[in-house]
Parts: sequence; structure tokens; C-alpha cells
Amino acid sequence: MKTEFAIDVRNLVKRFGDKVAVNGVSIQMPYGQVWGFLGPNGSGKTTTIRMICGLLNTTEGEGTCLGFDIAKDSRDIKIRTGYMTQRFSFWGDLTIRENLEFVARLYQLPKMKAKVDETLENLGLSHRQHQVADALSGGWKQRLALAAVTMHKPELLLLDEPTAGVDPQARRDFWDEIHRLSSNGMTVLVSTHYMDEAERCDRIAYLANGVMVTKGTVGDIIDKSGLITFTAEGDQIREFATHLKDEPGIEHVAYFGSALHVSGMNREHLEAALKAKARDGVTWKEVRPSLEDSFIALMKSSGADTRAHQ
Amino acid sequence: MSLSGSVSRIWAVWLKELIQMRRDRLTFGMMLGIPIIQLILFGYAINSDPKHLPTAVYLGEQTPIVRSILQGLENSGYYDIVVQTSDPTEGQSLLSSGKVAFVISIPAGFTERLVRGDRPQILIEADASDPAASSNAVGRARAIIGGSLKRELSGTLGYLAPTPEPYDLVIHAEYNPEGITQYNIVPGLLGVILTMTLVMITSIAMTRESERGTMENLLAMPARPLEVMIGKITPYVMVGAVQTSVILLAARILFHVPFEGEFWLLLVGVAVFVVANLALGFTFSTIAKTQMQAMQLTFFFFLPSMLLSGFMFPFRGMPDWAQNVGSILPLTHFLRLVRGVMLKGGAFSDVQAPIFAMGTFAIVVSMIAMLRYRRTLD
Repeated sequence: MKTEFAIDVRNLVKRFGDKVAVNGVSIQMPYGQVWGFLGPNGSGKTTTIRMICGLLNTTEGEGTCLGFDIAKDSRDIKIRTGYMTQRFSFWGDLTIRENLEFVARLYQLPKMKAKVDETLENLGLSHRQHQVADALSGGWKQRLALAAVTMHKPELLLLDEPTAGVDPQARRDFWDEIHRLSSNGMTVLVSTHYMDEAERCDRIAYLANGVMVTKGTVGDIIDKSGLITFTAEGDQIREFATHLKDEPGIEHVAYFGSALHVSGMNREHLEAALKAKARDGVTWKEVRPSLEDSFIALMKSSGADTRAHQ
Repeated sequence: MSLSGSVSRIWAVWLKELIQMRRDRLTFGMMLGIPIIQLILFGYAINSDPKHLPTAVYLGEQTPIVRSILQGLENSGYYDIVVQTSDPTEGQSLLSSGKVAFVISIPAGFTERLVRGDRPQILIEADASDPAASSNAVGRARAIIGGSLKRELSGTLGYLAPTPEPYDLVIHAEYNPEGITQYNIVPGLLGVILTMTLVMITSIAMTRESERGTMENLLAMPARPLEVMIGKITPYVMVGAVQTSVILLAARILFHVPFEGEFWLLLVGVAVFVVANLALGFTFSTIAKTQMQAMQLTFFFFLPSMLLSGFMFPFRGMPDWAQNVGSILPLTHFLRLVRGVMLKGGAFSDVQAPIFAMGTFAIVVSMIAMLRYRRTLD
């Protein structure tokens, strides 16, 4: 039962008591793509992912995942998806090998021993296979988890902030692995806070307060944001930034390396403000807004989120 | 889904539990150590027929007959005369301070009035604040004193000797003629120890997954509730088997408890009882949110099991409603089974009712567990 979309959900709503965690999210995600799921903490990313893979019942809304009804066929979905939880949730008192063997047995993988050997080999953990999983560093734990949830070759991979707290090199390795899996035909939905990771995705969906605020390619999102951005470079840029922050016409000010990005929605007002604040030693140049500029603007307009993380 | 798939997943959970159980050395050690310690402690300590109870005697006179009565009391083993006094008030204070369990008063002129045929009185004051401690000794006093007098009152005084009852009462104390407490306690301890350790260990089966954050992962994988349950409780069936072997061996070697019945019959009963307890523990773990709550539930269950099952107090002594409550508990039926097989040598037809009752209990609580099992994180 092949459907058009790997994930096809409409108007998902999830309430915990009187708190609304997700409020009418719809996703139509084609097979074979890598989508990034972005939004501040508590915006409903995790809850949405859990509803898609059948770990949470929906309060309202319906849809299919890999052609299976998310309300009724959660077992079929579980067999065909790999879900990597935000927190490391493999068994710390089992060894690396025992964890992989447990997963392999649960999914009834043929030639279990060979499969586990191969996975350990690819991970580069063969020599540590008899250590308990708790002995691994954060980055290694995430790689082990990714290997474990992809061992059964799922059609859909759901990754919930897989690189939180992982060092840059490990992050790069992790994303190389995601692209390798994707090129083998796996559909990947990954939530993240990192812009460089978001830029590696085919499409981005941005959630705030449980609502899908925007979605599209990186270019779409920048265009849709309607932002105009100037960069300022020069001496004492740090001190200069404080003078710009509350100026009318300036939406936000952000550092990018040693440069300053000043963005606004209205060209006239923005240019007037910059003119008023012009000073020697600072050079201005209009640039295309970055994804991060767009997100900062989105976050501001949708309001900061104060809910506890689900 | 095929049966082989289920077997494979049960096998996966089973192996995982077995490894985790082995790696948690303290818990594993307790599972095997507790039975031995408790068996030795309780097996040697508990005695439902207390003897050598401290006794004070107030004597108004010293005559051969009085001395003979005292001798008889001491020889019975129930009374240890620790104080002899001629002060009638001293006995009371010894009794109220708990230094003695009995005060026996033989007034002045007892012998003279006995010989006259006046039916003089002997007073036994017993500390009945713990009825179980004093009742056997009190119950036997009449026979003990009667026996002493019978020897003493012969010859010309023969007419005063107690006359035999006009009937002959024959009592056979079957299955445990010597009334050895351990024959009752040790098989009972098998049930108590299995109840405590097995309910407790499985009661944390699911709550531990929740508290360690591994529940989400387990739920995201395609294991069915029943598969998880079977995979999680079967490793402990083996623990129960080891505990049973240890206790039965000790019953034989240390306490010489007789084994009258069929061994296989006991094993069938123990197996059903073990599964009933494990299923109950698993049910607790689907109800409790934390390991702490799971422990509390275990103790809520354990106390009535001890008190209402007939292990500590006679089952038939309880009012009907309490007997009904007790009849729900697997331990009640297990005690009937283990006493029935070990002491009475009962056949299957004698013990099928308790086996059936424990099996029903296991099935009912398993169904509750399946209803309560969290299939989502809601």
C-alpha cells in the first residue's frame, strides 16, 4: 500500500490536560527526502514526532505514516520506522553488543550475529563491543542509537534532536551517516536547533507554540520571511550593536562571526535607522538574509515559548 | 503476525532481562540469600507451642502434696518456677511487670481441706495479654495437677483421687502427631518467601524502564504487551525454582520435615504459585508510576498475605468475610497445597482446588496487566 507521501498527517492536535502541545499541524512529506523540524524548546516537535510513530495518541486529527493509519496501525508503523529518542534510551547496563542483539532479535533480523558484527564494524565499535553502553561518551551514544534504530532498514527514520550536546566532529560524522542512509532511499525527519544542520535538509518545517509557522526549502523560508538584511563590519562593532537594538525599523541585530547582521521588514524604515546611526569605521553592505536571520525573526513574531519541554 | 515472531521477541526480552538480572549483583544476591536467611531465622525461631514459661508460686504451706503438685508442673515443661514466695502480694507485682507469665497460689490449709474432701482451690493467674503464649500451658494445668495428685493420693487416701471420666476420649493428632511447629512453619515459609521476593522483583519490571527512560524505546519497537510480560517474568520463574530447591533441601536437612506426597505434584503447585506471584508483580508495575510506588503496592499485598492466609494465624479462626478476603490470596491456597502434599501425602484430587484457585488468580491478574499496560506514552 504505497501512498504518495511517507508522512501524510492533517490537523494533528495534542492536549495534555488543558495544555495544548500541538495545535493543528499538517505535514505532507514525500518519500526519500530529508526534512528538518525546527522550533524553540517546547514548540511541539517531539510530541508531533511521537504522534506520527504511534507513541502518543492524537487528541484530534488523522493521517497516515508509510500508508498506515497513525491511530490504528501503530504496530505496522513501528516495524517500518526507526525512532531515535531525544534522550539516550538504550539500556545502559547492557553492553553495546547486547543492545544491538536485543534490537536485532526484536525485529527478527536474519543472520543476527553477522548483522550485529557488521553494524559494530561500520560503527567502529568492534573493539569496545563488550563495554556497557553507559561507558560511552555522548557522541558515541548517539551513533550507537542511530545504528540500532536503522539496523532493521526502516523506510522512515525519525530523529529527535539527535545531535544535542554532541561535539562538532561527531555532528559532522552523524550527518554524513544521515545522508548515506538517505541516498539508500530512507526518508528522514530530523528535529534540530542547529542552522547548519537545517541547511542540509531538503525541506524545513518550523514549529512555534504547537503551530506550523512556515515550511519550505531554505530559499523559500528566507524569501517568505520578507526580511532585508545589512551586514556591518568594522571597529568596535560590539559596542555599536547596543545602539542599534531598540531602534525603530530594526527588527533584530545578530552577530555572525565578527560581522553584525541588522534586519528589518521595511526597507525605508531600516535604511533611515541605519543612516541615523552611521559612523566612521563601519561599512554597510546589503546581503541576502541567512536562515538564522529568518528564524530569529520568526521566533520574535511568534513569541518566546515558556512551556516545559514535553 | 506469526507465532515464531512472538517467540523471537519473547526470547529477545527474556535474554535482556536475564543479563540485567545477572548484572544487578546485589538484587540477585538478595533473591538467593534472603530465602536461606529467613528460613534459618524463622524456622528455628518461631514456636507456636511455647514452653518453659516463668512462673511464680505463692505457697501458704509446704506439704508433700503441695511439693508433688509443683514437681508435676515443672516436669510438664510448660512451667518454670522461678520464684517461690510466701508474700501474697509479690506475685501480682511480678505478673504486672512481666517478670513471670503465671502466678500459682496454693493457700494455707490446702492439704488439710483436700484430705477432708472440701475441694480446696488452686489459683492460676495467667498473663493473657498474649493469649497464644499462655493458652497451651493453662489448658494442660488440670491434667498435670490431676496426674500429680493421682500418684500422691493412694492407699487410704485413694477415695480422694480424681475419678476417671465415664468415657474414653481418643485423640489422634494426624500428620504432625508431635505438634512440631517447624513441620507447619517451614513449608509455609516457602510460600511467604516466594510471595515476597517474586512480587517485589517483577513489580519494578516496567517502572524501572519508565524511570530509566528506556520505556520510550521499548514502546517504539514492535514488541507486544504479552510478549514483554512473558519475556520479563520467565527469568524469575527460574529464580523461584532455585529458591524452592534451597528451601526444600533445608526443610529436609535442617528441620527434617517429612515429605509424604508426590514430588511432582508439589512442583506443579509451586510452578502455578510462582507464576501467579510474578503476574501480580507485573500487574503492580503497570499500575505504579515509580519504583517506590511499586514497592509500596508490594507491601500492601504482602501484609494481608502473611496475616490472612493462615500462615500466622489459624484460617478457620477468622470471621467469614476475612476468610473470603483470604481466599483471594494465592498464599492461602499454596499453604493448603504444600501442607496437603508434604504433610498429608495428598493426591492430585486432594489439592486440585488450590491449584485451580492459584491458576485462576494468575490468569485474572495477567488480564488486568494487559489492560493496564501502556501502549503509548500518554
